[in-house]
Amino acid sequence: MIEFHDVSMSYQDKRVLGPVSGTIREGGITSLIGPNGAGKSTLMTIIGRLLQPTSGTVTVGGLDVRSTKTQELAKHLSILRQENHITARLTVRELVGFGRFPHCQGRLTAEDVRHVDEAMEFLNLTDLADRFLDQLSGGQRQRTFVAMVLAQDTKYVLLDEPLNNLDMKHAVLMMRQLRRAADELGKTIVLVIHDVNIAAAYSDHIIALRDGLIVTSGTSDEIMRDEILTDVFDTPVTVHAINGQPTAVYAR
Amino acid sequence: MSVLDSVRARAVPAGTGERRRLSPGVRLAIVAVIAAVAVACYLFLFIRGSFDFTFPRRLTVLGAMLVAAFAHGMGTVVFHTVTDNRILTPSIIGFDSLYTLMQTLTVFFFGATAIATSEGIPKLVLQTALMVALATLLYRWLFSGRFGSLFLMLLVGVVLGMAFDSLSTFIQRVLSPTEYDMLSVELMGRLSSVPGDYLPLAFGICIVVGVILWRRRHRLDALLLGRDTATNIGVAYKRELTLMLVLIALLVAFATALAGPMTFFGFLVATLAYQIAGSYKHQYVMPMAFLLGVITLAFGQFFMQHIFYAGGFLTVIIEFVGGILFLFMLLRKGTL
Repeated sequence: MIEFHDVSMSYQDKRVLGPVSGTIREGGITSLIGPNGAGKSTLMTIIGRLLQPTSGTVTVGGLDVRSTKTQELAKHLSILRQENHITARLTVRELVGFGRFPHCQGRLTAEDVRHVDEAMEFLNLTDLADRFLDQLSGGQRQRTFVAMVLAQDTKYVLLDEPLNNLDMKHAVLMMRQLRRAADELGKTIVLVIHDVNIAAAYSDHIIALRDGLIVTSGTSDEIMRDEILTDVFDTPVTVHAINGQPTAVYAR
Repeated sequence: MSVLDSVRARAVPAGTGERRRLSPGVRLAIVAVIAAVAVACYLFLFIRGSFDFTFPRRLTVLGAMLVAAFAHGMGTVVFHTVTDNRILTPSIIGFDSLYTLMQTLTVFFFGATAIATSEGIPKLVLQTALMVALATLLYRWLFSGRFGSLFLMLLVGVVLGMAFDSLSTFIQRVLSPTEYDMLSVELMGRLSSVPGDYLPLAFGICIVVGVILWRRRHRLDALLLGRDTATNIGVAYKRELTLMLVLIALLVAFATALAGPMTFFGFLVATLAYQIAGSYKHQYVMPMAFLLGVITLAFGQFFMQHIFYAGGFLTVIIEFVGGILFLFMLLRKGTL
């Protein structure tokens, strides 16, 4: 379980998040939704200990993210941010291999290689294994980074907009794979997602933020309602059931 | 730059996924052999007159070369890694200027007599310690994400360097001629006139730093991924950054004290090392940078001394070539 308590973030005098408190339950997929600047990524980055909050505490699986050694934490929690820039020229396999770093400190064992192969397989990267990252499309690179995080094999996985740069096919494939990771491997996955329909279709739980505060949270069906989405996104939204799937319609 | 391009072309075949022709280990071995040849050429060829006189002198210069190659080569590679760029070097963002300022301030506050009477290892250690403390504070502050943009960093570094230089020049004008004279001896280190008694200490430091860096080579690899990704996979980023900056400060301060300021030498060998090493891994890149540094200095000194009869100008030539490469890389990439 991920718990955050009175977490807030301010830059100079401008408060961009919180104070917010809440829990993200064990297992399944939880999505953070909300308009731009709502604080979704900030909250996720704080939970992933990449950003020091101005105040508040976060525990992941009972470990305080601020005081636990980062090396220890890396075996329980992984996080992928939106922008990932790398100076060196790496192949897909080498980057995914870095996901094993918390377990092997850079010396890959046969066990680690197996994890790397599985992670690449999981995201259909096996054919690209020896390509350099700068020879990949944006979507392929995105999948490589997700594969690295999966190779890390942590119980908690935080992904900031994992569908960035992915086309329809790969977006759906990615979500199915994440669903599988949650269901079959028992991982707790937290996503920041812009597409509410994708979020609704694949998440167990949705947390909606606006203006740095949590507006509401609940199951997909509880959140996918006209008045809630209209309020959260400050835009007229109607929700229709299409093939039994609540679908938000907002473009007119 | 056709040589560079052809090397790169060989390192990365056009067809992706193809195997690279030479493994990084083999490349390292070849370069090591060339370095050994360079060292042998420098030590044993063209000895005119007494062997007993020439040889120890050349050994001393060789020692300084090894230290300079090690410090600038390794220092620059590690600096590139922890600062997430491949253009800026400790020297380019004002490290040399900081060194000059430190020396000048020492003379200004403690006087030339202090320098004359305290000449030797203790003073060197004290100066280095001060320099390390200052540089670490300064560069840790610069790189802890306060500025974010590398362009801004470069600018801040260059401006600080200029400020240090101006301050040094100003203080030097206030000094008495005798003090200034003694100071300029401190500031004009040159490969061919190295104080030999510093060498054991310098070697000791290089070995200690080398061992620390070698033991952390995997962690350095991980740092290549940038702050966030490195933290994600369990590297204590800020601690590593600080430690590395301390080590870099130590290396560069010592090399500068021994062989004088060399602004583009580190950049030159590091850039070549990335192209030739055939791997991103520090276990290959760091020794490669060192060996390339040795080749550059030993062959350079050999040719300058015996072919062109201008031994003192080696550093000038290296700076010239390194500076051109720096501009070339900057223009080709069009970005930092």
